Amino acid sequence: MSILGLREFHRFEAAGQPFVYLVPSAAVFALDEVSDAVLGLLRDGDRRHEEVMAAMSRFDSAVVADTVAELIRVRAIGERIPDPPRPRLLPMIPLSTMVLNVTNKCNLACTYCYEYGEDKIVDTENGKKPKFMSEATARDAVDFMLKESGASPRAHLTFFGGETLLNFPVLRSTVAYARERAAALGKIVDFSLTTNATLLRPEIVEFLIENEVGVTVSIDGPKEMQDKFRVFHNGAGSYDEVMPKVRDLLQKHRGRPIGARVTLTRQTLDVSRIFRHLTEEIGFTEVGFAPVTTAGGRDYAIGDEGFDHLLAQFQELAQDFLRAAVAHRHHGFSNVKETIEEIHKGVSKAYPCGAGLGLMGVATDGDVNLCHRFAGSDAHKFGTVRDGVDRDAQRRFLESHHLDDKTDCRTCWARPLCSGGCYHEAHTRYGTTTSPNLHYCEWIRGWTDTCLQVYGEIAVRNPAYLRIFDEAPMEKVS
Amino acid sequence: MNHLKAINRKAARLEDLTEPPALSAVEGKDVVALQQGPPQQPEPHIPLGCSFVFSPGWEADRTGGTAGLCAPVERDLFDCHMGCFWPAQVPDQLNHAPDWTSKCAAAQKDWRKIDLIFP
Repeated sequence: MSILGLREFHRFEAAGQPFVYLVPSAAVFALDEVSDAVLGLLRDGDRRHEEVMAAMSRFDSAVVADTVAELIRVRAIGERIPDPPRPRLLPMIPLSTMVLNVTNKCNLACTYCYEYGEDKIVDTENGKKPKFMSEATARDAVDFMLKESGASPRAHLTFFGGETLLNFPVLRSTVAYARERAAALGKIVDFSLTTNATLLRPEIVEFLIENEVGVTVSIDGPKEMQDKFRVFHNGAGSYDEVMPKVRDLLQKHRGRPIGARVTLTRQTLDVSRIFRHLTEEIGFTEVGFAPVTTAGGRDYAIGDEGFDHLLAQFQELAQDFLRAAVAHRHHGFSNVKETIEEIHKGVSKAYPCGAGLGLMGVATDGDVNLCHRFAGSDAHKFGTVRDGVDRDAQRRFLESHHLDDKTDCRTCWARPLCSGGCYHEAHTRYGTTTSPNLHYCEWIRGWTDTCLQVYGEIAVRNPAYLRIFDEAPMEKVS
Repeated sequence: MNHLKAINRKAARLEDLTEPPALSAVEGKDVVALQQGPPQQPEPHIPLGCSFVFSPGWEADRTGGTAGLCAPVERDLFDCHMGCFWPAQVPDQLNHAPDWTSKCAAAQKDWRKIDLIFP
């Protein structure tokens, strides 16, 4: 008779009920009393099939046999043999999101900036890269995007910087050109941009509304937090400059939800206060938080205790989100929403994000890079907008960054969602994009567990809410 | 399934994909000879028997004898037991030797514990 043991999964409870998150399939199942008891028994060690039957004698034997068969079927239990090596499929998928760095210049000098700060990758000074993308390059980029999007009817174009609005003339003409070219090809292009909001003017807001451009504002919260790091070159804080413009934008631009993108640092770790300020007092629809990307030891880096504190705050806000979801109300905490969307779809990633797959960044000179965070970096270059994607370079990158090569991740139950984390974080922290981000493993597992609980509870108390995730989302750029 | 409830979309797909074939589909299958030409049944064709199992050292060593087999005869016996049923070599586990494999949890490491059976 066969020996039964646990395979990989993470058990969690929600709404007073046990669930499993299976790894690597990323399937979520609710357990009944018998299946939970069988898993509990095997937690103490492997058992022969008949020993399981004997130990479960308080249940009807046919029911236990049935349960064991179901648990084997979904691979929650079974003979503990290592999975055979999976074929390494290199998903050469069409480009769905192009991030266009229309400028690498910025009118702010945020201390922690990954483009200008202490940990920058690309030397944009000394004329090595043009400060602004030319109209000709931007047009080439649009043609490149439409060509590389293949048979897909939709492409997404995100403007990025530097401060995007410093190159508004090119931004405007590029939108017009992309519309015209896409229409000729029978495709649709979505537009979005990220801005620090300092340069928003009524005519720019008009343009954004007219062209249905999605807007993400980089902003850190209440005045003392915003002014801590988000400063002008003379050191002056940007809050007073930014807020009236943001309010004006939020009031007028109602077509698409406007998101705030907050960088969290050791000094600005008050998540609920930032969230309330940006939603209730300012009026943002969505707020997403990202811990600052930094090499270890920087003054603003979030240490281990900081991550614990951050997790507690995220959990508190996630409870708020849960209450809203159960009542079928909108809640703008986008971190939890994005994660439960991935849980709902059962995303199991071989790569941490779309970078180098369906997403690429374009530098001011037209070089195509891994993503916008590497725009202009020769070491992470995948061709140019004029010559197209360098498929060999792309293949080499994908071959060396597969999750199976990250030995540290091999036993982690959160790997279907994390897959080692951001390439740029890893590069900044460990000097290579191939490394998993080991400094936040605990945080990722803690946060994923929280999101699973939120997901499970919504699935029990208001499953209809989850239907909002059945439409295709767009690639997020942060 | 009765004891696990699929919650997310992946779980529903997993449930669909692992759905055991309905009884009628099982009954509809037949054993076919390999030389009957193209597959007679649309499903994956899984040949019966052990002739397709790769078991190095199965028959004879490089000198034509059995002394230098890379796996001992006991392993061959067990392969017959697991891979296919070969009554001449495998003890009758139903009646005569029900515990023949009881000490062999994993053939790779426990094959030494399979004893010879004497009538």
